Amino acid sequence: MKVDPKGVLTGSYFLDGDHACCEGALAAGCRFAAGYPITPSTEVVERFAERIPLVGGIFIQMEDELASSIAILGASWAGLKSMTVTSGPGFSLMMEHIGLGAMLETPCVFVNVQRGGPSTGLPTLPGQADMMQARWGSHGDYELISLCPNSPQECFDFMIDAFNLSERYRVPVMFMMDECVGHMTEKVVIPPADQIEVVPRRYTTLPPEEYLPFKPDPDLVPPMVKVGDGYRFHVTGLTHDERGYPVMSAECQETLVHRLIDKIRRNARDIWIYEEDQVDGAEVVVISYGITHRVALRAVQMAREKGLKVGMMRLIVVWPFPEERIRQLADKVKAFVMPEMNYGQVVLELERCVAGKAKVLLAPHGGGTVHKPEQIYERIMEAAK
Amino acid sequence: MSTTELKIGGFGGQGVILSGIIIGKAATIFDNKSATLTQSFGPEARGSACSAQVLISDDQILYPYVTVPDIMVVMSQEAYTKFEPELDENGLLLIEKDLVKPKKPREKIKQFAIPATRIAEELGRKIVLNIVMVGFFTAMTGIISAKAMREAVKTTVPKGTEELNLKAFDRGYEYGMNLKKKGKAPK
Repeated sequence: MKVDPKGVLTGSYFLDGDHACCEGALAAGCRFAAGYPITPSTEVVERFAERIPLVGGIFIQMEDELASSIAILGASWAGLKSMTVTSGPGFSLMMEHIGLGAMLETPCVFVNVQRGGPSTGLPTLPGQADMMQARWGSHGDYELISLCPNSPQECFDFMIDAFNLSERYRVPVMFMMDECVGHMTEKVVIPPADQIEVVPRRYTTLPPEEYLPFKPDPDLVPPMVKVGDGYRFHVTGLTHDERGYPVMSAECQETLVHRLIDKIRRNARDIWIYEEDQVDGAEVVVISYGITHRVALRAVQMAREKGLKVGMMRLIVVWPFPEERIRQLADKVKAFVMPEMNYGQVVLELERCVAGKAKVLLAPHGGGTVHKPEQIYERIMEAAK
Repeated sequence: MSTTELKIGGFGGQGVILSGIIIGKAATIFDNKSATLTQSFGPEARGSACSAQVLISDDQILYPYVTVPDIMVVMSQEAYTKFEPELDENGLLLIEKDLVKPKKPREKIKQFAIPATRIAEELGRKIVLNIVMVGFFTAMTGIISAKAMREAVKTTVPKGTEELNLKAFDRGYEYGMNLKKKGKAPK
């Protein structure tokens, strides 16, 4: 489906990642945002507040992050593409409603411009330490999707993917930026509206008397209804059957939660987005995501200049983790190096998938700035030994 | 061309970040180069030393931060004191003549000054001193074309102030070109 051209600010701009993220959301058709400003994500909602009246949508500055995160679920059920924006401390407060969004299968996007933590940490400086929180932060068992951009251009481009994935699979999508990408200003090209594809909401084709709100299609994703079209529906955070009504039994739990998990796991091949460079014949493969990828790329260039066969894999979708591909690579390479701005989060998944078949080296960084390329280069050289 | 690292320093409210935006925009949108702008500021917004850092390159920019600036533009004493030691030993230092009282420059540093505030005042608005500095930067470095810079000024400053800002740019640019003509500055 083509996008509503009203939201597409076609042209070339010198924009920061936060502003580009907002433009990506508007281009994707997002028409509702609720947020509680927090550095370094404030510019996203500032721009949204300024732009949305021109596009025919709504922005509400809510009283806090809990309110913001529940407002977007309501807006989504009312038929609008919606999102909220925050950073670490606010992300923690939103966990309750991320779980509710997973349970209610509500398409929406949570943007987290990561800063150094824990707690208030480093408001104006970058981190990548909320990655496991994006995966497991809310209680209960569920699967969501997370994406990591590495430039303002990607903040625009991948916001469209984020909304498309959330509509396609009816899940909250975590858009995991960081302060460096959010506050970095670079050239951003916004294409003409007719070159942007968006996934429309999946609405039921059944009449009201036959419709069951949580009865899935063969791909495990249930279609939604338009508010006001005469359908009866009920949503609850309690374990529910296909009618949407609470059923407190192990059988219903098994049916529902297993499907919530499987709708991502079984469709993972269609969800994964990653890039590879020279992994064939590589001795060492560097795997990275977000801003760290750019720095790692510099380190890889340095190692290649020394004659080392180094491949590069860059995760755009981090969750679900591309385990199938990692297992294939683990049979072929000597070692993996993963730099991240934390002391080991996504690398745990890498280790799990590599399962001892190759060395796995972490290049950790506490945040506050990005790695120096030399720090990653040294780990690559160590891995090649 | 390898990557040129630029740092612009001044006090918050002087238009330091806007200067960086104009230079980055000129490089990327109107001169077809790559540029990455980052900025550093503390919790305090105005009055203290702040800086804009711009990387300019013909290739893709990977590492996003300025490490050792090749060029530094300084508009306040505090920014001079704080940032000057970071400048590359062969670097180019451009300062606001009346706001910065520099020490004797390090041996190989090329240092030039412009009375940007006075020029801005002559134009009627002290606030355009940053654009005078941007014009001066354009003349003294030659890394971005004056045409691209003028376009960037015109499309970035608030509506209704384009003419004033372009005049400010031209005055800074001419001042720099005159220094060069007199053989006082590198060609």
